[in-house]
Amino acid sequence: MNVLELKKTANEIRKGIIEAVHSAKSGHPGGSLSAADIFTYLYFEEMNIDPSKPDDPDRDRFVLSKGHVTPGYYSTLAHRGYFPVEDLKTFRHVGSYLQGHPDRKHIPGVDMSSGSLGQGISAAVGMALSAKMSGRSYRTYTLLGDGEIQEGQVWEASMFAGHRKLDNLVVIVDNNGLQIDGNIAEVCSPYPIDKKFEAFNFHVIHTDAHDFEQIAAAFAEARQTKGMPTAIIAKSVKGKGVSFMENQASWHGSAPNDEQYAIAMEDLRKVGEALCQK
Amino acid sequence: MSEVKKIATRESYGNALAECGAEYENLVVLDADLASATKTGIFKKAFPDRHIDCGIAECNMVGIAAGLATTGKIPFVSTFAMFAAGRAFEQIRNSVAYPRLNVKIGATHAGISVGEDGATHQCNEDIALMRAIPGMVVISPADDVEARAAVRAAIEYEGPVYLRFGRLAVPVINDNPDYQFEIGRGITLREGQDITIISTGLCVSESLKAAELLEADGIQAKVINIHTIKPLDEELVVAAAKETGKIVTVEEHSVIGGLGSAVCDALCAKYPAPVLKIGINDVFGESGPAAELIKKYGLDGQSIYEKVRAFVKGK
Repeated sequence: MNVLELKKTANEIRKGIIEAVHSAKSGHPGGSLSAADIFTYLYFEEMNIDPSKPDDPDRDRFVLSKGHVTPGYYSTLAHRGYFPVEDLKTFRHVGSYLQGHPDRKHIPGVDMSSGSLGQGISAAVGMALSAKMSGRSYRTYTLLGDGEIQEGQVWEASMFAGHRKLDNLVVIVDNNGLQIDGNIAEVCSPYPIDKKFEAFNFHVIHTDAHDFEQIAAAFAEARQTKGMPTAIIAKSVKGKGVSFMENQASWHGSAPNDEQYAIAMEDLRKVGEALCQK
Repeated sequence: MSEVKKIATRESYGNALAECGAEYENLVVLDADLASATKTGIFKKAFPDRHIDCGIAECNMVGIAAGLATTGKIPFVSTFAMFAAGRAFEQIRNSVAYPRLNVKIGATHAGISVGEDGATHQCNEDIALMRAIPGMVVISPADDVEARAAVRAAIEYEGPVYLRFGRLAVPVINDNPDYQFEIGRGITLREGQDITIISTGLCVSESLKAAELLEADGIQAKVINIHTIKPLDEELVVAAAKETGKIVTVEEHSVIGGLGSAVCDALCAKYPAPVLKIGINDVFGESGPAAELIKKYGLDGQSIYEKVRAFVKGK
């Protein structure tokens, strides 16, 4: 996909995010929107995956360690063809397979159940380790929140990944700067994030999480990196793409009402329209 | 009387892993800097490339095992019961059991028989924690024969299994050549009509001693070894209650949430009967030689005998 196509796809994924949380009257739009471009690049460009073969042993793996941003994850999987986009409207409803947090038992394309912060990265490390042990060439990606890295288990996993030189592992930190209780730097600062991962023997790359050219360059650099895992610190805007949600911690875990839903969809419609004229 | 062979079930665990290593190529073993104590070092010696030392980071170890399991490996994670069921409880619940991954938790140094290390390392709550998790199989073998059979059964079983092993050498009691291990199937070791003693782990051999002492008093005690606490062999438990009326449970675990509670849960629903729970009475352990602690906390044959006799006589 070229950059324009990626942007159009990301915009459709953002619409799916709003549809899902509005329908559920709950969910996490802020961090879903901040990660939407990363999701898009991973599933439409970077990863070696085939929605018709979700269990292929040689497929690339993805673990959503910041498991609460299922609206972004599910919308991406749906648009990629793992399940009908229409099903996003069942998100968080009783009886739906689209659980509040990822459930690998029931959702096509979900490689690992997650949601309790700090745990997904360990599973991703296990997947990457398994590839090394079995001589398989698949790569493993995991997306973490910048608040999530306050969890100690993240650093247990990072120590292990660095020690084992897992160069088939890419850790992406969605650095939107906000967590439930406010600015991450004020709640309990995880900064400097880059120096921490470097200290755990990672190759560290900075990128703008909403610039596809930079994102592409970051993942290409990760692929070239040998002998150590890569951490991509993706500077993002929480709520990106929806005017009233941008940079507001309050949109971490709340859903728009009907009026807000209409404004959000109008914002995204306009973005889509502008992209079509390019 | 000939000397009874004694071996710690942690030793059996390490031996069984090494025995199964060649047969099961996907078997991998993870440890958290305790390979010499959990005895996974025996496996490491035979299969160094399939032994993963995660360092002192149990929560991450469980998560790595979960990731390995998604790719078809059969991981055994090993550490002390305290740090598996205790420290990594939530990882076992959310990263292993909820996704129903094929991870086996080989927890050693369970109960007060840890001995000198004392209360911080004596986990008397692991059965309670593990049996509360949906879909978790909980196995507590009584001796070497059973521990090795349990490891093999856990490998053959698809899904999460918690295996409880001890530090202290215990007598081999399952020396019957017809011995068979089946997950969820209890074993009647001794018939009796007056009382049933249901036991697990190292308390099984002590319960057999108690049954001998009871016999000298004219009390015939049935002794049942429940190696699988979940799923519990409810049929066997209910049949025993119907036959002998009263039931005694004996375990090296808190009386809250362990074998005794599992038995009571089953009987409450299916055949209410008086139950005496012998175990750790809602207290922490302490330092000391294991054998002395077992006596102090009333889990030796003599103590069990005295409590059962009083219970039978209605005191």
